[in-house]
Amino acid sequence: MINRLNIRIARTHLLAKKKQTTVAALGVTFGIAMFIYMISVMTGVNALLEDTMLMNTPHIRLYNDVTAERPALIDSYYPGDSLMKIIYHQRPKQSKRNIKGATQILSRLKADKSVAAVSAQVNSQVFYNYGPVQLNGTIAGVDILAEDVFFDLQSKMKAGHISELSANRDGLIMGIGLAKKLNIKKGDRVTVSTPSGGLQAFKVVGIFKTAVGAIDDQKSYANTESVQKILEEDSRYFTEIQIKLKDINLANPYAQMLRKQYGYEAQDWETANATILQSFVIRNVMTVIVAGTLLVVAGFGIYNIMNMTIYNKMRDIAILKATGFAGSDIKGIFMTQSVIIGLLGGSLGLIFGYIFSYLTSKAPFDGGDVLSIDTFPVNMDYRFYILGMVFGVVTTALAAYFPSRKAAKIDPVNILRG
Amino acid sequence: MDKVLEAINLNKSFTDPVEFQVLKNINFSVNRGEFLSLMGKSGSGKSTLLYLLSTMDTAYEGQVIVNGQLLTGMNQDQLSSFRNEHIGFVFQFHFLLPEFSCLENVMIPAMKLKKWSMKEIEQRALAKLELLGVADQAYKLASRLSGGQQQRVAIARALINDPALIMGDEPTGNLDSHNSQNVQEIFRDLANKQQQTIIAVTHDAEFARNTDRIIELSDGEILK
Repeated sequence: MINRLNIRIARTHLLAKKKQTTVAALGVTFGIAMFIYMISVMTGVNALLEDTMLMNTPHIRLYNDVTAERPALIDSYYPGDSLMKIIYHQRPKQSKRNIKGATQILSRLKADKSVAAVSAQVNSQVFYNYGPVQLNGTIAGVDILAEDVFFDLQSKMKAGHISELSANRDGLIMGIGLAKKLNIKKGDRVTVSTPSGGLQAFKVVGIFKTAVGAIDDQKSYANTESVQKILEEDSRYFTEIQIKLKDINLANPYAQMLRKQYGYEAQDWETANATILQSFVIRNVMTVIVAGTLLVVAGFGIYNIMNMTIYNKMRDIAILKATGFAGSDIKGIFMTQSVIIGLLGGSLGLIFGYIFSYLTSKAPFDGGDVLSIDTFPVNMDYRFYILGMVFGVVTTALAAYFPSRKAAKIDPVNILRG
Repeated sequence: MDKVLEAINLNKSFTDPVEFQVLKNINFSVNRGEFLSLMGKSGSGKSTLLYLLSTMDTAYEGQVIVNGQLLTGMNQDQLSSFRNEHIGFVFQFHFLLPEFSCLENVMIPAMKLKKWSMKEIEQRALAKLELLGVADQAYKLASRLSGGQQQRVAIARALINDPALIMGDEPTGNLDSHNSQNVQEIFRDLANKQQQTIIAVTHDAEFARNTDRIIELSDGEILK
């Protein structure tokens, strides 16, 4: 039972043993400070990686998957196992890679309230020819301004400006790795050939860098019309629709819905980056385990100290009981002591945790070519501090519960009679 | 006469280390306003009887009735709160809480009872300390006082809630003859003027002679 009198007694006990109280509180301080620091840094790193990931992955990609299984012609005529059918070297069907009715899908998606942005593009495998060098890669025919909405492309431009692509019908913005291999600079011309034999010269109007090797070494952006032209297709030919949702967490169900509705493959960003997301989970689990261990150690420290305190205070407990205090009062007195230790140590831990996190967030960190940051990524979310405080108080309360219960059961007669 | 305490057929045995009956068929009653002393050689069971009557020891057979209320069978918490209001206890050794000032030591049972406001409790506590001649020590830590001073603070604590029953296990054992005299007079006053009942275990024949009645125990039985 906790009331003013019990709190007053608890406070007097704590103040009478300042050193012991301080040591117990510092145990909690250390646990909470480490918890705050670790979770801030870990989630900071996670958030940075997630941002980097989303810089290159749309929330949902809708595309025509080439590997769709197709039954052999003979199977559709003679279904079942009644005949023995052997087909050698069945080839994939000659089919276009485009999304049929892309413009209708596009306008329907645009009308959807949960969709923030949508754009269609036409992708193709190509060869880049420059002098004697011939490299394979991909070309994406895009509305460059829409692409900028999705991926903030302008911030990744190492040379040129994205608007130059809109101004140049045969312009090309090239990945930095590809440009280096071809020894191309802004303003140079490069010939692009498609597998089906299309051929066109493009002028490189810009060079971008996403810091993802697979993209920088392979990809170029061009205008939709010019890519459609080298593929010898009309202006309704799109191979992929990219969708940005207002709520990123709805990507998975929305993708499933699209798959069902249109019959094309819809891949959400979580599926596309499953391995990276898995590493987030592992990092979070690690954080919780380490911080949890620290708190458990602090908890055992408090358990020990409370046990000792109660052992030393047996006589006082007996007096209190003799003069009218119930077992629940005794429990309240010692629980209060522990919770005060938890609150003191916890608050101090929050302060230290904040200081460490803040200093780390100001420490210079060279992200190199891969990450666009100058300081360590630290996530200073106020919710961690609430969580830390709750952890601290719960741990100390748990640690004190059993010693306090023992104290409540002390029989005054045995002690007072000596 | 108004009976404040009744003991009916009290029996108590220790089993450890060997079976030993420490109280045998104790029957007696105490009237309101009576000043009673319990005497007997050491090992006669007088302290055991006192702790049993004080409700702290519940392992016995028989019945204890205080203020018309049957206490036998109540749980520990109920007994605690009953003691708080109705029974003041002075231990053989002073037993104050060492981290608290004398005043706080006296106030704590009253703060627990919550019958008076904090201000009243403080005034009452100071009055009790004054009564026992230790008012000048009120704000000192209990652990800083001499044994005799602590004993008197402990008596003040027993009086704070105006209990119907005051019990003492050699309440004057640590006091010099002057203070012992003083405490006896206080007890006498409380019994006569405020109709409080005092039961004191004592070895002191002088002390016992000043009480209204002496109950003598020998081998767990009351000598008539």
